Amino acid sequence: MPEALLELDRLEVAYDGVPALRGLSLSVGRGEIVGLIGPNGAGKSTTLNAIMGLVPPRAGDIRFAGRSIKGRPPERVARAGIALVPEGRRIYPNLTVDENLRLGLAGRRGSGGDGVIESLRQLFPILDRYRKRPGGVLSGGEQQQLAIARALAAEPDLLLLDEPSLGLAPTVVDAVFERLAEIRERGVTTLLVEQRAQRTVAFADRTYALANGELRGIFGPADAGNTDKLVAAYFG
Amino acid sequence: MLQTAFNALALGSVYALMAVGIGLVFGVLRLVNFAYGQLIMAGAYTLAIGSEHSWPQWASVLACFGVVIGLSLLLEVGLFRPLRGASPATMLVATFAVAFLLQSIALLKFGSLVKTASIFPGLFDPVGHGQFETVRKITIVAIVAAMVALAALTLLLAKTTIGLHMRAAAADFRTARLLGVRANEVVTLAVVISGVLAAAVAVILVVEDPFVEPQFALRDTIIVLVGVVVGGLDRLWTATLGGFAIGVATSVFTDELSSAHSVYVDSFVFGLVIIVLLLRPEGLFAPFRARTVERA
Repeated sequence: MPEALLELDRLEVAYDGVPALRGLSLSVGRGEIVGLIGPNGAGKSTTLNAIMGLVPPRAGDIRFAGRSIKGRPPERVARAGIALVPEGRRIYPNLTVDENLRLGLAGRRGSGGDGVIESLRQLFPILDRYRKRPGGVLSGGEQQQLAIARALAAEPDLLLLDEPSLGLAPTVVDAVFERLAEIRERGVTTLLVEQRAQRTVAFADRTYALANGELRGIFGPADAGNTDKLVAAYFG
Repeated sequence: MLQTAFNALALGSVYALMAVGIGLVFGVLRLVNFAYGQLIMAGAYTLAIGSEHSWPQWASVLACFGVVIGLSLLLEVGLFRPLRGASPATMLVATFAVAFLLQSIALLKFGSLVKTASIFPGLFDPVGHGQFETVRKITIVAIVAAMVALAALTLLLAKTTIGLHMRAAAADFRTARLLGVRANEVVTLAVVISGVLAAAVAVILVVEDPFVEPQFALRDTIIVLVGVVVGGLDRLWTATLGGFAIGVATSVFTDELSSAHSVYVDSFVFGLVIIVLLLRPEGLFAPFRARTVERA
């Protein structure tokens, strides 16, 4: 496994005393695409929220590039090199597509933002076509592309994706995964949270299965066809 | 008629400035700053002290801006920041407490008698002769100052990176922070701009009414708070228009009602507010939305 970029060490999170993560440990190596799957309420989004500093861990540690980032506020986590594509996309409906995209530069370290925006317009041509339109008028798939491009504008070391296919039509999901494949070509380290278990296992270098806040299994691409093993991880 | 129109525009402009000040802070903190009037009062007292000690007028105005901005920053660091994330009710009650605290400090320090602040007395003179004899220079200054301030703020919000960050923070603070927008930077800037506007309002109000007492600008603040709610507090421009509209309405009622009936000005204004809220509860200037149709 390549050098670890992100490490969760026995991470525990609770909401009003109710445990949401129970001693979760996982790592994401530099350049890897790692999946995180599990049923509703498994703790997938909580994991991402804890990494981003949105929820305080009760115990354990979060290390990024060898340094603990536990307890840092979200903007400092973002400026350290981690970008999140949040669940539901969270596009600003009243800001233009260009303004939404430029907001991604807030988490950027260093200069050269204009060049990055231009290259993202090439990667996502729809964003070039609809530059001046309000983000709210884009379709769900187009908004998802905008949300991913906005996160990439920061040129993060680590990209966190929270259910990028949620609520999208199957053909649009295909398009989103095609974009993710192109992002993979760029060597961006990615932690992908998804409910589409088989597709994620086939796509990622390694996939962790969560249920009830606990780690239930680790899968490689070869396990994508092994339905029994996946079902056992979910319900076993 | 001309005097009524200019007075209405002037009071509308001043209230619009106050509405922007209140709306900006609400946008990023979701906090209705009830102590806004007391910031204006503090500025007015600074001008009165300057007047008392025969400071040059520019020094009094500079001190007024310094005191109001300083107090605003003190509020941000000492109150708003520790309470960030608290419920809106908690934050509102906290600003109530600050408002009464500042008012009580003024009462203890300066007493209940008025202090006179003589600042730019020449601005009280008429603009010209004939029809314009009833229009004062401060009326025109108030309108121009409001237009310049609003134009500058519009440019800041529309054309600069920090302006974009402020708009994003006002719409969805959590997502803005996730994108790397610095929360403290954006909130501090909003508080400072709000303070600058409060200081500008203090100068205009003192020129119009040089008698400063602990309740200075309190009535205006209550009217503006109602105005921004009537306009729609969720968006800065609707809040601003709300402030402007209630200023115009207050001024027109004040000018048109005979002096025997002038005590009813607030009754007329708030009666109008009730009608507007009954007809447009989402805000007078909130965008019209298509009504949803319930399906069987």
